Amino acid sequence: MKSPPFDYHRAGSAAEAAALLGELGFDARILAGGQSLVPLMNLRLAAPGHLVDITAAPDLAGVSANGSRLGVGAAARQRTVELHADTLAIAPILADAISNAGQVPVRHQGTVVGSLAHADPSAEMPAAFKAQGGSVTVRGAGGTREIPSEDFFEGYFTTPLEEGELVTAVTVDAWPAGTGHGFLEFGVTAESWPIALAAVLIHTSGGVIDRASVVLGGVAEVPLRRPEAEAVLVGAAPGAEVFAEAAEAAATGIEPLSDSFGSGAYRKKLARVLTRRALTTAAARAGGDA
Amino acid sequence: MSNHDISVTVNGTAASGSVESRRSLADFLRRDLGLVSVHFGCEQGACGACTVLVDGRSVRSCILFAVQADGAEIQTVESLAPGAQLHPLQEAFRRHQGLQCGFCTPGMLLRSLELINDNPNLSATEAREGISSNMCRCTGYQYIVDAVLDAAAEMRGEED
Repeated sequence: MKSPPFDYHRAGSAAEAAALLGELGFDARILAGGQSLVPLMNLRLAAPGHLVDITAAPDLAGVSANGSRLGVGAAARQRTVELHADTLAIAPILADAISNAGQVPVRHQGTVVGSLAHADPSAEMPAAFKAQGGSVTVRGAGGTREIPSEDFFEGYFTTPLEEGELVTAVTVDAWPAGTGHGFLEFGVTAESWPIALAAVLIHTSGGVIDRASVVLGGVAEVPLRRPEAEAVLVGAAPGAEVFAEAAEAAATGIEPLSDSFGSGAYRKKLARVLTRRALTTAAARAGGDA
Repeated sequence: MSNHDISVTVNGTAASGSVESRRSLADFLRRDLGLVSVHFGCEQGACGACTVLVDGRSVRSCILFAVQADGAEIQTVESLAPGAQLHPLQEAFRRHQGLQCGFCTPGMLLRSLELINDNPNLSATEAREGISSNMCRCTGYQYIVDAVLDAAAEMRGEED
């Protein structure tokens, strides 16, 4: 189908975008890459009255390393971020996540911030962002504020953004040397939407894991942190047994829903297997002996 | 709804028009400019039949509004063989039977062209992964991979 009618507005800057959102009210949505929003509009599942295109705003376009943090502007395309040297240096898990998301032609157009703001709990970038940690910068009529990654995903397609606010950038915090990451998903085909995914980071020091992050996608209404799994890992030496135990902890107590792609029980099983494999990869990258 | 005057370059020629904000780039190219190589498949960004190159990069023109492409340089399959001589990719698709019904072919050709431009020495695996962005329900993809590899070799100047 075709999109329902709407009014199109082009913002030349973040300030202009915020002003337009404030002026147009609840019926306005931000249009960045549009790779989630426009399909929803074509399917008539979304019908915003106004779209504010931010992709021509030069102050939203950049990818940069701010000290040890990676900054990604709201108009930066996924493919650009995926291949960017600063992403590979600071947040390689984000590059992995992006490379698993959609198709290359979709990633040419789609934005990282757009995927985060869309807040699909099965999507790759929200899980990777939450796993590594950082914050989003939000701008509205009242100025700007930072929302930590841990607080940004509130429910299905739901973030703490208020009416009139937009996300202008995401910042991903670096982990120290000695960190390894693992990102794995499983779908019906390699190109399909993931049924479940695991995004993990571990840091080892002196042969012991001293920091761990385990986040699952596709199993709850948000990208789901698994503190029980992290507790198993921290203080342990990397190894097959501890990874199996952590994976069991990650998959215990979650209650994923069933849909046409997989039952809740199947998702739990995927959560366990993907977590274990992702941890094994992470350990190898961290220089561990797993 | 708003209307917008847009100007683009399509296959090297300047084009302009007044578009409703909701008009997709695919509709603008096919219905307004008559470039019928731009096919509508799923109209939700999944199948790749509407693939065109915008500023040299493959995109789904069904989920891009024409107004978003204002000022861009756009390439469709019509540009590949301006005269009677087919492009090496088109010849290779014909030679290897890389098409049957032809519905996916314009998108496949443009995505393949981008893959070869990005990496003239692409491997079979890279070609296969690369075209996984586009659906073909006839060929089983094998003959398309063969065609892409053969075209890449010819475009590198190698004779077979």
